[in-house]
Amino acid sequence: MTKILVDDVEVDVPPHYTLLQAAEAAGMEVPRFCFHERLSIAGNCRMCLVEVKGGPPKPQASCAMNVRDVRPGPNGELPQIFTKSPMVKKAREGVMEFMLINHPLDCPICDQGGECDLQDQAIAYGMDSSRYAENKRAVEDKYIGPLVKTVMTRCIHCTRCVRFTTEVAGITELGLLGRGEDAEITTYLEKAMTSEMQGNVIDLCPVGALTSKPYAFSARPWELQKTESVDVMDAVGSAIRVDTRGREVMRIMPRLNEAVNEEWISDKTRFIWDGLRTQRLDRPYIRENGKLRPASWAEAFSAIAAKVKAAKPEKIGALAGQLAGVEEMFALKGLMAALGSANLDCRYPGSPLHPKHGRASYLFNSTIAGIEEADAIMIIGANPRREAAVLNSRIRKRHLTGKATIGLIGQQADLSYPVTYLGAGPESLEKFVDHAPSKAQKPMFIIGQGAINRPDGAAVLAMAAKAAAAIGVIKDGWNGFNILHTEAAFVGALDLGFVPGEGGADTGAMLQPGAMDVIFNLGADEIDIPVGAFVIYQGTHGDKGAHRADIVLPGAAYTEKSATYVNTEGRVQMTNRASFPPGDAREDWAILRALSEALGKKLPYDNLGQLRAALYAEFPHFAALDTIAAGKAADIEALAKLKGKTEKAPFANAVSAFHLTNPVARASKVMAECAALAAGSAQVAAE
Amino acid sequence: MLQDRDRIFTNLYGRQDPGLKGALKRGNWDGTKLLLEMGRDWIIDEMKASGLRGRGGAGFPTGMKWSFMPKVNDGRPHYLVINGDESEPGTCKDREILRHDPHLLIEGAMLASFAMGAHAAYIYIRGEFIAERIALQKAVDEAYEAKLIGKDNKNGYPFDFYVHHGAGAYICGEETALLESLEGKKGQPRLKPPFPANMGLYGCPTTVNNVESIAVAGTILRRGAGWFAGLGRPNNVGTKLFCVSGHVNTPCNVEEAMGITFRELIDKHCGGIRGGWDNLKCVIPGGSSVPLVPAEQIADAYMDFDTLRGLRSGLGTAAVIVMDKSTDIVRAIARIAHFYKHESCGQCTPCREGTGWMARVMARMAEGRAQKREIDMLLDVSTRIEGHTICALGDAAAWPIQGLIRHFRHEIEAKIDQYSANPHSDPIRVAAE
Repeated sequence: MTKILVDDVEVDVPPHYTLLQAAEAAGMEVPRFCFHERLSIAGNCRMCLVEVKGGPPKPQASCAMNVRDVRPGPNGELPQIFTKSPMVKKAREGVMEFMLINHPLDCPICDQGGECDLQDQAIAYGMDSSRYAENKRAVEDKYIGPLVKTVMTRCIHCTRCVRFTTEVAGITELGLLGRGEDAEITTYLEKAMTSEMQGNVIDLCPVGALTSKPYAFSARPWELQKTESVDVMDAVGSAIRVDTRGREVMRIMPRLNEAVNEEWISDKTRFIWDGLRTQRLDRPYIRENGKLRPASWAEAFSAIAAKVKAAKPEKIGALAGQLAGVEEMFALKGLMAALGSANLDCRYPGSPLHPKHGRASYLFNSTIAGIEEADAIMIIGANPRREAAVLNSRIRKRHLTGKATIGLIGQQADLSYPVTYLGAGPESLEKFVDHAPSKAQKPMFIIGQGAINRPDGAAVLAMAAKAAAAIGVIKDGWNGFNILHTEAAFVGALDLGFVPGEGGADTGAMLQPGAMDVIFNLGADEIDIPVGAFVIYQGTHGDKGAHRADIVLPGAAYTEKSATYVNTEGRVQMTNRASFPPGDAREDWAILRALSEALGKKLPYDNLGQLRAALYAEFPHFAALDTIAAGKAADIEALAKLKGKTEKAPFANAVSAFHLTNPVARASKVMAECAALAAGSAQVAAE
Repeated sequence: MLQDRDRIFTNLYGRQDPGLKGALKRGNWDGTKLLLEMGRDWIIDEMKASGLRGRGGAGFPTGMKWSFMPKVNDGRPHYLVINGDESEPGTCKDREILRHDPHLLIEGAMLASFAMGAHAAYIYIRGEFIAERIALQKAVDEAYEAKLIGKDNKNGYPFDFYVHHGAGAYICGEETALLESLEGKKGQPRLKPPFPANMGLYGCPTTVNNVESIAVAGTILRRGAGWFAGLGRPNNVGTKLFCVSGHVNTPCNVEEAMGITFRELIDKHCGGIRGGWDNLKCVIPGGSSVPLVPAEQIADAYMDFDTLRGLRSGLGTAAVIVMDKSTDIVRAIARIAHFYKHESCGQCTPCREGTGWMARVMARMAEGRAQKREIDMLLDVSTRIEGHTICALGDAAAWPIQGLIRHFRHEIEAKIDQYSANPHSDPIRVAAE
């Protein structure tokens, strides 16, 4: 630790701290544009200049100088910096003036207005007027994709976007071209960026040069109601903030959560919101003569009651989809128990994951932050870039330290970091079953759903567990055996035991033609239910599930309800209601509670609080929000005993189109455009 | 005046063979092995004792710079990088060395590399110097062939010399931008610290020296520090290549002792000022980036680092640009301001935005199309660039303008008066007959 005086305030900070960090530790505010904690240091905006006592007679960039580089006084006085001296004031005013001479000052028509660093700092540190009387520079806007709108004249060349895309996102598509006044940020070829994380440049841009294209000109930040919530687009569970105006979600922003998403979110998380407005189910429907017709809740419930009462309990099944919260799955499980059916499942056919194997058998045990400790990572049957983009950037972050080697078994793909390709299928994994213990201190397996959602899933999981034991993935204080989930509801469902009960049918069995008479489908849109069964679909969007349904019950999307989700690490998180479901749609647990009454099997709770009390009584770990109830490492050794024979087929990734993985995304126009671009089939509008 | 026997660059004008044969005849490569055998510390001590100050412009003691290189190798290779990106307007000394005395440079590079524990030297040659690169490469090939350098050479110290050709950007003459460019990246200066001696080329300890600083090393070591220190004036010793251009009768490159007076330099070597000494208006004594000095101050001034600093200018690269009274000094500085606007790399704000601002105001002032209050504003803007940037280009852009306003404010005002007296400078239109 090094002591340093900041404006006469003594602070004790680590020697590698920058002067800017030391000043912050001392409670002094230092303005900055180019500096960002999670990006490399550029030192080019010159806004953070401070005066260093005993240094050269010119101000120093505080973001680029370490505390240890400041020399103490001649008589051993503490090194000292000033953040408010006349020299610093003059420097800041000067830099701000330079910043603004070629800035268009079009704040009234700029989407960044109200949350603009340049605006704020110009007020705080700028001069009252400009002395610049020449013509301003104008820069042509660039096309860099359907998500990020550019107004390049506003750019102040801080290069945060360039550093983000090259360092965090791992694409080298954005750069600073030209020199001097003519320098421009561009993709050069004016093609769309290919990263799944590109939306973060909007947050990083300190001015209005890069703004959200879908959100353009639609709201001002001060009009928006901000609700902190959790994302459900993948199983990472990124922390988000949902901004609403009236009933409409206007945009989604990231929230800081060091353990999960740091401060990034994927494009799907950020730009999904237009999907929350379209294709919504806003009233119940009943299928008559092959067509769905609008109905009242009472009609729908009596139609269901008639069918359910006619069916034998063992011919009634329930399926839960990827966006279902723990509360509604708990209610559905309770309802199925009351009906006397054990046929319920949340898994895809073949998946060997089951709560009976212990919680460690289906969690990302090392935690996401644990990736930063891993020194050898083997990815098995997954494409983390598509399945969990934010998690993938953690792996890249680890890769950039040069301390981890990464291997891949499965489909070859550009993961934004180099991997050693080890093979395509189970036979490549088999080679590691008798492998010598790894030299790595903290080796890690990341097993994707693509490796286990297949007929031989159990055998593959057993093989992975054996390989993990041989290599030493699990040791004292380290459990690197990680299942990477792709769906937000999955871990919560497994925690809840939303799997077939004694003698019950699993998803595969339920989907056999003629197996079931009645199927409750709680938002499962990725499966095909055969003809014959009477399907009650409860969900938010008119997607595949609703098209197959005989009764449609409109539910609430994740921004419209308070629901619990458990991410791939086993971290229990809760969404908050930011707006209301449209039309007659209701919160999902309430629909099931009302339905239970119509079926004469009234569930024993009347409000969400009572439901949660019952839930927490049965599953106490759901009560501990934002924490992980860690699984037992011994459970993974037991996995090795799973029986089965592996097949030859190579692993196929669970997610093929990043932008179209769930009903909300499929309803989003923005996601459709991105997906088309990603598939290479779209003609880029030459603007 | 420097005696012929004290000259280091004996083939400056290319009148003899620049090749190895001629170089050997002139004494290059003479006893290099013996010098290497004296040891690393001896070379550095000798360089320090010689008082050689870097010839690239800043005048930092060369021996001391070499001594900053880590003494103990931590596993990373050390590098010597020679800055041959001679782009400063007015300067043309390295060009002559590369063309006509390349073996002095190669030998000096070997000695310097040995002194800093480097086994490889890179030279970054300015993009426009095509003939010079060919000439130097030829000399390097000769040296390899004669086993003077290379992995297994006569001198007993493995040493490689690589010639790298730039692409013609002024900023790549800044040492860290040069390293970036050499690494294949965009030529933008790095933040310091870390300094190149710790983290230079490819993150390894590196020293960047000017061509002239390296080229004189061999002769200094051969003839002894005392000889070199005996020339010139205290703290400003040795010989220096002066590049005199502008309004003199015979512009030339000449090697002279440091601390020669301006008058002597011009009278002896350049045939005097065009139109006589009374016709001298001002001089830019060290390349475009230093402030100009008016005639009455420069005429009898010593041409060395400390004297010129006292005149609030600098020796820089010793590119002496002489301007007589026919010069439109406002236009001349406006042209320099335009140069810096064009060459600013665009990395940091004050220089990127400020050079354009200054150039535009200067362009108007050159016409007189300005307000007198803008002179003070321009001065203030220049002080807000100076010292606020990552590298010294911001300073270099500000100084010529500061020099102009300091000494020739009345000329700017006169231009403004003249312009405003005749606001319609278009010729009066005559109705067609």
